[in-house]
Amino acid sequence: MTDPRPLAAGRGCRDTPVLKQRGQREVFCGLTGIIWLHRKMQDAFFLVVGSRTCAHLLQSAAGVMIFAEPRFATAVLEEKDLAGLADANAELDREVGRLLARRPDIRRLFLVGSCPSEVIKLDLQRAAERLNRQHAPHVAVLNWSGSGIETTFTEGEDACLAAMVPGLPSASGRSLIVAGALPDVVEDQMQRLLAGLGVGPVGLLPARRADGAPPVGPGTVVALAQPFLGETLAALERRGARALLAPFPFGEEGTTAWLAAIAGAFGVSAERFDAVTAAPRARARRAVAAAAGPLAGRTVFFFPDSQLEVPLARFLTRECGMRAVEVGTPYLHRGILGPDLELLAPGPVISEGQDVDLQLDRARAARPDLTVCGLGLANPMEAEGLATKWAIELVFTPVHFYDQAGDLAGLFARPLRRGGLLGGLAGGVMGGAPAGAAP
Amino acid sequence: MKLTVWTYEGPPHVGAMRVATGMHGLHLVLHAPQGDTYADLLFTMIERRGSRPPVTYTTFQARDLGADTANLFRSACRDAWERFRPAAMIVGASCTAELIQDDPGGLAESLGLPVPVVALELPSYSRKENFGTDETFLRLVRALARPVARTQAVTANLIGPVALGFRHRDDVAEVTRLLSGMGVGVNAVAPMGATPADLARLGAAHFNVLMYPEHAEAAARWMERELGQPYTRVVPVGVGATRDFLQEVGRIAGLPVRADESCLRLPWWSRSVDSTYLTGKRVFVFGDGTHAIAAARIARDEMGFDVVGLGCYNREMARAVRAVAAAHGLEALVTDDYLEVEAAIAAAAPELILGTQMERHIGKRLGIPCAVISAPVHVQDFPARYAPQMGWEGANVIFDSWVHPLVMGLEEHLLTMFREDFEFHDGAGPSHLGAGSHGPGGPPGPLAAAVGPASPAPARAAPAPVSSAVAAWLPAAEDELRKIPFFVRAKARRNTERFAAERGLAAIGVDTLYEAKAHYAR
Repeated sequence: MTDPRPLAAGRGCRDTPVLKQRGQREVFCGLTGIIWLHRKMQDAFFLVVGSRTCAHLLQSAAGVMIFAEPRFATAVLEEKDLAGLADANAELDREVGRLLARRPDIRRLFLVGSCPSEVIKLDLQRAAERLNRQHAPHVAVLNWSGSGIETTFTEGEDACLAAMVPGLPSASGRSLIVAGALPDVVEDQMQRLLAGLGVGPVGLLPARRADGAPPVGPGTVVALAQPFLGETLAALERRGARALLAPFPFGEEGTTAWLAAIAGAFGVSAERFDAVTAAPRARARRAVAAAAGPLAGRTVFFFPDSQLEVPLARFLTRECGMRAVEVGTPYLHRGILGPDLELLAPGPVISEGQDVDLQLDRARAARPDLTVCGLGLANPMEAEGLATKWAIELVFTPVHFYDQAGDLAGLFARPLRRGGLLGGLAGGVMGGAPAGAAP
Repeated sequence: MKLTVWTYEGPPHVGAMRVATGMHGLHLVLHAPQGDTYADLLFTMIERRGSRPPVTYTTFQARDLGADTANLFRSACRDAWERFRPAAMIVGASCTAELIQDDPGGLAESLGLPVPVVALELPSYSRKENFGTDETFLRLVRALARPVARTQAVTANLIGPVALGFRHRDDVAEVTRLLSGMGVGVNAVAPMGATPADLARLGAAHFNVLMYPEHAEAAARWMERELGQPYTRVVPVGVGATRDFLQEVGRIAGLPVRADESCLRLPWWSRSVDSTYLTGKRVFVFGDGTHAIAAARIARDEMGFDVVGLGCYNREMARAVRAVAAAHGLEALVTDDYLEVEAAIAAAAPELILGTQMERHIGKRLGIPCAVISAPVHVQDFPARYAPQMGWEGANVIFDSWVHPLVMGLEEHLLTMFREDFEFHDGAGPSHLGAGSHGPGGPPGPLAAAVGPASPAPARAAPAPVSSAVAAWLPAAEDELRKIPFFVRAKARRNTERFAAERGLAAIGVDTLYEAKAHYAR
C-alpha cells in the first residue's frame, strides 16, 4: 500500500478552530431524505405528519417530481387537528388504516414528524406504538422526526436509521454493518470488494427490504458509508457494536483507507488487500486523472449542505489538486470526521452552521473558482460570475468507492468545463454584462 | 388530516414570496423554521432567477423555541433592513411560526423602522398559495396606494402578474401592446416589476386590467371601492376573449375599439384544411380557474374540439368554473386531489389533456398527450422565447402548443391504415416528437386496468383487482381492438366491456365489439 501523496503535516485540520455564526441557515430540513430513502427501501412507506409546506417541499426539493407512484405522502394537518390532539390521533389512525389497506405490499411504515407536529407536541412515538400493535406482524410502524427544528437535510436519514436500530435482530458472532443508504449499484460494488477481502457477514443499514435487517451485537463492527450518521452510530454502539472510524470512501484514497480500516478489524492480510484493491485503485486513479484536469490549481468554497463537505474537500484537495478556501458544514461531528480532517491540509476556514448573508459576503470576497452550494444559491452566484456545483447532486448520485471516483471528480469539473465552453457568450455584441439572468 | 401526495398549490407564505419576488425594493421577513428556505429554489431553479428572492427567514430551531423566538424575529428583521435597505417591508409567518404566535406584525412595528412595514395574515392550515398572493397584494395596496390625480392621458394598471406565474412575463408585454393599440397607456404593472413607490401611485390610472384574478382580485375590488377605478372582468386569453376584452376596455375607457389583428394567425390556421383532423377531438381541461375557463372557450369555439371534462384546483374559482362547465353540458371537477383528477381523466378517455404539469404526468401514465395551460409550473414553463398566452400572439402560441402534442393530419390516417407496419405503428408515437416520445402502445400503466367509472379514486394507489364481472376477450376481438386508433382504444375497450356486462355476455367477439360501437355511436 504505497501512497504517493504526502500526508498533511501533523493533524491537518483536526484542531483548526471552527467558525460558528448564527443567522439565516439556507439548508433543507430532514424530510428531504425521504426523496432517496423511499427509493432505497422498497417495502417502506413514509408518512409525514405535517403541513402543506412539508408536502410542497417534498415535491419541490428534488427539482423534479418523481411521479412514479411515490412511497411517501403527507398527512396535512388542518385547523381541526390543531384544536384537539385526541382528534388528530384518531385521524392519523384512520389515514394509516386506509393507507395500509391500499398498499398491502408495505412492510415498514415510518411516521415522520415535522415542525408543526413537534410544535403541537403530537406524540408520534406513542402513535407508532399504538399503530404497531394494530398492524403487527405484517407491518412494523416506526417513527422519526425530519423536522427542520430538529434536523438539517441528511440528519433526516440519520434519524430514520437510528429509529430502526432498536428493532434489529441480535447477533452473536463477528459481523460488519455498513450504515448509510447507497445507490444499489454502488452497494453491489462494495459487497464485491468486501467479499474479495473475505469480510463477512456484511449487513446493510438500511436494508432494501424488511427481512434483510442486519443483526447487531457485541461482535459487530460498524463502518459508516456516510458521515452524517452520528445518532445511528450511537444507537448501534448501545447495542454493543464497535465503531470503525476512517476517512470516507470518496476517491481512490478515501476508499482505500476505508477498506483498510475494515481489513484491519477483520485481520485481512496485506497481500490479500493489495490483490483485491490493486486493480480498482489503479482504475480509480486513471479515472480521476482523466476527469480532474479542469480542477487542478483551482479554489473551492463549500456552503453547508449535507455534512459530506469535509470528506469531499479532502478528495478535491488531495486527489484533484484543488485548494479549499472555506469548508462549511451544517454540523461538524469531530469524532466521525476526525480521520478526514487529519488528511485535510491546514488553510481553509472550517465553518459550522451558517449566517448565509455573511457567508455570501466571504464567498464574494474570495471569488473561488468553484462554489459548492444549494439550489437556492446556485443561479444567483452564477449570475455574479461564480461557477457553482449544486450540492444536492452529491447525495443523489453514485459517488462512493473506486469506480465512481472519476465520476465524482467529473461532477465538480463539469461546471468549469462548461464555463470554458461558453466563454464566447459573455459580453455581447456591444460588450458589457451577460444578458438574460432575470434580476 | 388530509392525505396528500402531490399538491397543486403550496402554502400561503409561498404566495407572499411570489408577490415579494416579483417586486423591486420590497423585502419579506418570514418567521419560519430551518428548512423553509427550500422555497428559494422555486424561484432560482424553476424560474432561473439570477438573484435570491428578497426574503429573510428566521430559520429557528428547537433550541430557539425554549429561548426567545420573538427576539430572533426582531433581530432578523432589523438585520434585513440594515442589509437590503428596502423601500417597504412585509412580515409574516409560515405554518410552524403561526403555531408559536409571536405576532411578526407587532414585533416589526416595535422596531420603528423608517419604512412602511406591512403585516400579513397567512392562515396556513386553511388556505393555500393563491390566497397568499391575493392577500399579500391586497395588504400592500391597502397600505401603500393613496388617492392621487388621474393621469392626463388614459392609462391602466396591469395587476396580477407575479413571480413564478405561468407566462406572466410575456402576457404583460402582449397586454401592453393591446392597450397601446387602443390608445391606453400603462400607469403601473404590479406586483411584477413594481416598486413600493409604484404602488403608491396606482390611483393615477383610469382603470385596472385584472390579468389574473387568482392573484389580484381582492386588490382590484378594493381599488374599485376606494380609488374609484373600474376593473376588467374579461381575461384576454384566446381570440374571442381578446376581442371581448378590447370591447370591455373600450366601454370602460370611453374609447373606440381599435385592434391590429394582422399578426393573429389562429383563425386561419384553425380553418385551413390540415386542421380538419382537429374536429371533435375530445379534450379534458384542468388548471387554475382563469386558465381553465379560457381554455374551454378556445377549445370549443376556436379549435373545434369537444370539451369532455373541465375543472380547477382552486376553490376560489369554483363558482365561475361550474357555470362555464354547465354551458358545456358538463359537471365541473373542483378538487385539489390529483388522484381524483387522474381518475376523472381516465374515465373521460380524452384524446388531449389541457392541464398543468400534474396533468402532464397523468397524461404520461395514461398515454394521453398533454399541453400545459396553467400553473403550477415547471422549468419548461419558462421558455427562453417569447411565448405569451394573452392577446393575438398568445392565441398563436396556444394553437401551436396544443396541436404539437397531437398526431398530425394525414399521419393519423396512415397510422390507422398501416397499423401492422413494423416501424410506423402507433406505439412509436408521433413521428415529429422524436424517439424519446412514447406512444400509448407501451406498457400500460396500472390505470389502464384499474380505472373505470365505478372505481373510486383512492383505489388507484394499489394495483386494484380487476372487476370479476369483465367478460373475456376472444383473441380475434383483441386483434380487432388493436386496429382501433390508440387514443380511442381504451374507451372502446371499456365501452365494449360495459356493453357485454350489461347483456351478461361471458365472452367478447369481433361482433360484440362492433355491436358496442354501434350502440355507443354518437
